[in-house]
Amino acid sequence: MSNNESKRVIPYSEVNDDVLRTMTKTGPGYYVALVVCFLLAAGLWGGAWFYQIYVGQGVSGLQTPAFWGIYIANFIFWIGISHSGTLLSAILFITQTPWRRSIYRSAEAMTFFSVMTAAIFIFVHMGRPWNFYWTMPYPNQRLLWVNFLSPLMFDVLAISTYATSSMIFLYFGSIPDLAAVRDRTTGWRREFYGWLSLGWRGTDAEWHWLNKAYGFFAVFIIPLAVSVHSIVSWDLALSMVPALNKTIFAPYFVVGAIYSGSAAIVTLMIFVRKFLKVEKYITIDHLSKLCMLLLVMSLIWSYINVMEVFTGWYANTNYENEAMIYRMFKSPIAIIYWLMIATNTVAPLFLMFRSIRRCVPIIFFISIGINVGMWIERYLLVVSTLPRKYFPFMWNSYLPSLAEISMTVGSFFFFAVLFLLFIKLWPSISIYEVKEDIGIPRKKPHTKEMDHEDGSPTWYI
Amino acid sequence: MSGVIDKIKERLKDFRRPGYYKEFDHHYAIVIDVDRCNGCEACVVSCYAENNLPVVGEQGCEDNRVFNWLRIERYIEGEYPDVKVKFIPVMCQQCDAAPCEIGCPVYATYHNQDGLNVQVYNRCVGTFTCATYCPYDVRRFNWFSYKWDKPLDEQLNPDVTVREMGVMEKCTFCIQRIRGVNDKAKDGKRKVKDGEIQTACAQSCPTGAITFGDLMDPESKVSKLAASKRGYKLFENLETKPSVIYLKRVMD
Repeated sequence: MSNNESKRVIPYSEVNDDVLRTMTKTGPGYYVALVVCFLLAAGLWGGAWFYQIYVGQGVSGLQTPAFWGIYIANFIFWIGISHSGTLLSAILFITQTPWRRSIYRSAEAMTFFSVMTAAIFIFVHMGRPWNFYWTMPYPNQRLLWVNFLSPLMFDVLAISTYATSSMIFLYFGSIPDLAAVRDRTTGWRREFYGWLSLGWRGTDAEWHWLNKAYGFFAVFIIPLAVSVHSIVSWDLALSMVPALNKTIFAPYFVVGAIYSGSAAIVTLMIFVRKFLKVEKYITIDHLSKLCMLLLVMSLIWSYINVMEVFTGWYANTNYENEAMIYRMFKSPIAIIYWLMIATNTVAPLFLMFRSIRRCVPIIFFISIGINVGMWIERYLLVVSTLPRKYFPFMWNSYLPSLAEISMTVGSFFFFAVLFLLFIKLWPSISIYEVKEDIGIPRKKPHTKEMDHEDGSPTWYI
Repeated sequence: MSGVIDKIKERLKDFRRPGYYKEFDHHYAIVIDVDRCNGCEACVVSCYAENNLPVVGEQGCEDNRVFNWLRIERYIEGEYPDVKVKFIPVMCQQCDAAPCEIGCPVYATYHNQDGLNVQVYNRCVGTFTCATYCPYDVRRFNWFSYKWDKPLDEQLNPDVTVREMGVMEKCTFCIQRIRGVNDKAKDGKRKVKDGEIQTACAQSCPTGAITFGDLMDPESKVSKLAASKRGYKLFENLETKPSVIYLKRVMD
């Protein structure tokens, strides 16, 4: 930004005002959106889940060989979405990439909320969710312990660790902004943010320790994120199901997660800059940079996707070949398989062109397409393999029931409710780091035309 | 100090870790002579009666939610008039290296001292992992709270639990019968004779295709049959080490 002299310099106070405006000035549209999303989430997800708990898991479309269905696909999808926050925040923080600053807060929040959504899908999927605490390793009067050999047990540990760390990571980075909000508000907000900002005064020691803690968590959370999605992949890869037990699954899932997460952040950022009117902070440059990231991830993902097919073909067993042919060439599974290739491999190639990267409607559609494609990928993994294991006598096909589809749709509204609440209750753009982005203001030598009307000096960078 | 540790070690010997015995007390196995199987499904019916399996009806069958712990698979080869139908009964293989035991996060399924792969219904939280990891598709899930129609509820076996909604279940090798016979033998202070324990399917098979016994006893009928040249196991390449041994068809 400093290279561009013609651009208007945003004063520091305007940054505070703008971010505060997103939190305090609320139009009726926001409340309508919040209430609608809440009702849809409660009705489509909560209602359907209550019905399932009351009647039994049988209301889902799950059946004898296809014991895992759309719930597990959703679980993997939401865990995948959560990886964007880590990438944008931690990796770009360590590499000191300037364009992360205005978007990372929302990305971190997205991480935390999608982990929550994913975690609830574990409970939705369980036959007896009221006994979920039996999977927690703590000394208990039941004299029972958990099985640390089980990939599901790895999941419990990895996801709870990841959820906790991403929440702390989000909170640490927000403390100076919470203090800024505290200083500029009155009433319950002052009380609330005063409590949340932990008495932040902005002393040198506080900045020092904040930077240390943030740097530590940034380094800590990257291997954690990689491990989380590797472990999720082992849920499938450690089974004996043909076309699922492949060693490439861990990198395949991690790359897919970062890919889908980045696409989700592009979609979300387009919404945020439009509805919060913060286009001057989340600029078209930021979106363009994110699109470059999408392009790179799409190439890596496509490569690994080809390698996955190749390893299956190279193994040359009846089971692998049959599963591959079923997924790629037998309708109706093949139709959505090639749809996934179209949205995830072909469409992002257009991001090579600068003019397309800078056209918001097109990148919006491409990012939505990638999200749909990544959901299809997870759906296919579960649905094209599990109903067709070793005994052809037991083969059949799985179709999600109405209750399952309802919960899938409801989960998106659940996520929307969390994110809408976040936008109003939390500074969704990092105030202090956007100021870093703007640079240190210096006083310009006095010129007549640059002066403001009220006689105040003009600051430039 | 070392004396104390030795004492503790001596005491801990009594508490063998469940599922990880160095040596099993028994190795129960079933030998199925496929050559003798004519696909009459008497074993399936007796399994339903013995193990309190719910009858799901037409809709349940359509949804692939049948509770047949033991199923007769039919494979049809050739075109009319030269048609060959082959039958193979498949039940839980009680694998020694069972994939399902690795999957369960709460030890609801584990290996007991009889060499059996057992399912603890009350411990199950219903993650479906065991059923997904099972290469033989033999696990069944309680999708609903099942009810038995009027005369059927009178014949429920009192030795077997009626499973509640949300838990996984599978063939147990009629563990209630194994326990019953072992207890009787213990009361009489004698060893269990070969052939004294009969699973429901073995008992009801009209052609005697199914034989149950202890592989640890080299003199048992099952050990002798297992040594047959016709013997094979299902998907041996998966290294699950099943306890069910099949004898190949010799005719045609």
